[in-house]
Amino acid sequence: MKDQFSGIEAMVNKSKIGVPYSWWAGDTASKFLISLRDDKKIIGMKCSQCSKVYIPPRKVCPTCFIDNTEWVEVSDEGTVISFTVARRQLASIPKKVPVIYAIIMLDGADTGILHFIDNIQPDAVKIGMRVKAVFADERKGRIRDIAYFKPL
Amino acid sequence: MAKRVAIVGTGQTFHKSHRPDVNGQELINEAVRRALQDADLTMNDIDAIVIGNMDHFEGINYVDCWSVDGSGGVMKPILKITTGGTTGCTIAIGGYHIVASGYFDKVLVIGWEKNSESDTSGAITTAFDPVWDRLVFAGAISGLAVEAQAYMARYGATDKDGARVSVRDRKHALNNPHAQLRKEVNLEEVLASPMLADPIHLLDVCPRTDGACAVIMASEDYAEKISSTPDWILATANRHPYAYLGDADYGRLTSMRISSTELFKKGGIKEPRKEIDVIELYQPYSFAGLIWIEDMGIIGPGEGPQYVGDGNTDMGGELPINPSGGVISCNPIGATGLIRCAEAALQIMGKADQRQVPDAKIAVSTGFGGCWWTDMILHGKKKPNN
Amino acid sequence: MERAAIIGIGSTKIEGNKVRETFADMAWEATNKALADAGMTIDDIDNVVTTSNDFWDGRTISCMAVGDASGAADKNVSCVEGDGTYGAFYGLTRCLSGSYGTTLVTAHTKGSQSISSLITNAAFDPIYSRELGMDMITACALQANAYMHRTGTTPEQLALVSVKNHGNAMKNPLAHLPMNISVNDVLSSEMIADPLHKLDCSPVSDGCCAMIIANESRAAKYKQKPVWIKGVSFYADSFLLGDRDLSRARSLTAAAKKAYSMAGISDPKKEIDVAEIYDAFTYQELMWLEEMGLCGDSEAGKLLARGQFNVDGALPVNASGGLLSGHPVIAAGLIRMAEIVKQLRGDAGAYQVPKAKTGLAHGVNGLCGQSHCVWILDNEK
Repeated sequence: MKDQFSGIEAMVNKSKIGVPYSWWAGDTASKFLISLRDDKKIIGMKCSQCSKVYIPPRKVCPTCFIDNTEWVEVSDEGTVISFTVARRQLASIPKKVPVIYAIIMLDGADTGILHFIDNIQPDAVKIGMRVKAVFADERKGRIRDIAYFKPL
Repeated sequence: MAKRVAIVGTGQTFHKSHRPDVNGQELINEAVRRALQDADLTMNDIDAIVIGNMDHFEGINYVDCWSVDGSGGVMKPILKITTGGTTGCTIAIGGYHIVASGYFDKVLVIGWEKNSESDTSGAITTAFDPVWDRLVFAGAISGLAVEAQAYMARYGATDKDGARVSVRDRKHALNNPHAQLRKEVNLEEVLASPMLADPIHLLDVCPRTDGACAVIMASEDYAEKISSTPDWILATANRHPYAYLGDADYGRLTSMRISSTELFKKGGIKEPRKEIDVIELYQPYSFAGLIWIEDMGIIGPGEGPQYVGDGNTDMGGELPINPSGGVISCNPIGATGLIRCAEAALQIMGKADQRQVPDAKIAVSTGFGGCWWTDMILHGKKKPNN
Repeated sequence: MERAAIIGIGSTKIEGNKVRETFADMAWEATNKALADAGMTIDDIDNVVTTSNDFWDGRTISCMAVGDASGAADKNVSCVEGDGTYGAFYGLTRCLSGSYGTTLVTAHTKGSQSISSLITNAAFDPIYSRELGMDMITACALQANAYMHRTGTTPEQLALVSVKNHGNAMKNPLAHLPMNISVNDVLSSEMIADPLHKLDCSPVSDGCCAMIIANESRAAKYKQKPVWIKGVSFYADSFLLGDRDLSRARSLTAAAKKAYSMAGISDPKKEIDVAEIYDAFTYQELMWLEEMGLCGDSEAGKLLARGQFNVDGALPVNASGGLLSGHPVIAAGLIRMAEIVKQLRGDAGAYQVPKAKTGLAHGVNGLCGQSHCVWILDNEK
């Protein structure tokens, strides 16, 4: 079956699909982002049943399946749970490599937040080290209103 | 031994054009909690989740993984089924099979879409083959217009006949607090509304909606303990025959004809027009309400306009269609087929409130989408024989 | 649950760029191979489940591209979006629901047709994480570090997985990357994201796999001796990476426990003869082995170094070469199942594990192994 196509050029159709999006953050995430933008404060939600503090905040506790009602401010300092240093300039990375990604457990929170670590030699990053949020000068109500976490 | 399966609870959001107050999984959560409440169950009672939507309408990859907080899926088995517009129906069919297999006893089926966030035309265009069809595809509505034109040419129907279907569904929606569009329209208004693609006017087609729907299915070992009036799934059937737009038979929905023949045979329905009490038809535009019920075998070819025009499919008529207001009144795509299933279940369970068809014993719900595809479910009040 | 079996398998070669094949071409090839393998015609197939992913295929309703080529034009058909092991699960239940006796399951991806980093970045939450620009590789690198930190597993032990699997692939004619490499080759390959070097990562390949599942009443009616499905289970963990203990895979532990229980297995280390598990990255083979109880906690790296998981070891893992040697994303888990079927039939040719009777196949969905699906197959009922 393949022989009938021998000698025929394999043609490739290069194209792009354009499917623009705007995601509603929803009231819960909006409050969190506005707090970053306007107050440089990191706030989470606490479940009234299991007392877990969710960062970033959730409207509903995924375990107890009830609405979270209590907002809690957590510290802008925390502990590095894990990290990686991106060395190859992968297509999704918005900054020039090396870029340090980490999960940080902020003091007062029960879940970790994903973000950048900067102001440190990549080889010096350690699991368990303490870091502090550095806010961007220009903030728009986005997760990158926190510019990165720096070593304490 | 295969199990008999029934729907024991349903939940829907109050569908709206925009829901800026919630993200997708928070939207899902509303429908899920309503369904649990309807069945008087908790998330702990649920053995597995079947979920579906159209990825490019959400801009999120592995969206079944993303939505676990809202769906209640943390540390549960989650299966994503997605087949385009037919998704809402195929996830219900999926829930049915996984319960009937005996593997799970109580399954939560979730369908949803946040259409306000996406470029619907941009997304739907990617469904079609990039080399052959995509560059000439002019959006879903144009495709449907081709069908309407072919049907009108063959059988002499007019755009007034199409408009009559819109009038019916928009009137029915007044009885449905969940529907997005709850304002009546008359024939003149439909025909005067902007022409989108000849002969389809704006008021002939569905809106874009943010909404979610959840349905709980249970095996025969649990169904009657959970609900005193379960909705038994009597049969399912579907056909997705085409991949290219040029292959379809415009003017007749072949996949509907073949699926319904199989569905009625499996379900022991010999005279659909007599035996079916109510249909929730996935009808994305008005003319489908004439054409596809002929393909379903309710009436003969070309008889749609007269049958609908005489009021037979209105509430109080011989065979009410879309008591919920149908897709023309509300269309959160990934949920839409499941809403048809949930609405049919509400009819059988006697829980349809203002939109109840009295003494509904047999119902049909359908899904449409893709390249002229059809999915169908037969619902019944009486527990099927083994 | 009633009994069902796998009675046919077929797969395209796994390649870096199948420039001459469309999705439909691959599905056609795999389906015909599975039918020939089973000694069936398409008329013997009662219904079809395809498996694909809209983002990877650049097509919403990605199942539309392969439905007719999978023989589904005039059959009941559906599509699972997720790894092939999940499609196979749905296909299995459709054989047991009283509606159908045989199901054809297909799964495909053409990794060559897209930019994988952008595709997997799209799995991240659009509000809280996506613009940070992580993808599957950086996320898994984060997990690898957490796992190594907790268990003391070393970069050399990770590299050994790559050496073993690429080496195993030398005997697998369908593999994409058969290679004779050393630990040093792995450790000196380009560091993509600490601790994952290029050779710690699987490629993104093109390929399609098809499988025919039948219930007990139909299983013995065709050419092959059936390979019986003794247990299957799947679970999904939390989504946000910060919600999970990334050094653990509790959804895998739960899935494995249930699958073993269904299969009547009380000591999986002894009772599983051969395993094909989802090694998208080297650390994953070690981590998944521990989390599914096939070796002791934190032991996998050491046992690997002693040869425990080699083809001639006590528990051969990924004798086919695994994902490291060929990774057509969505098809990956279904191919793991097909490879176990080959082993249990005695058809694995140059990489046959002698006397393999009970096998484990494993698939993963989502970031950092959020959801896992485990299958236990056996050549006896």
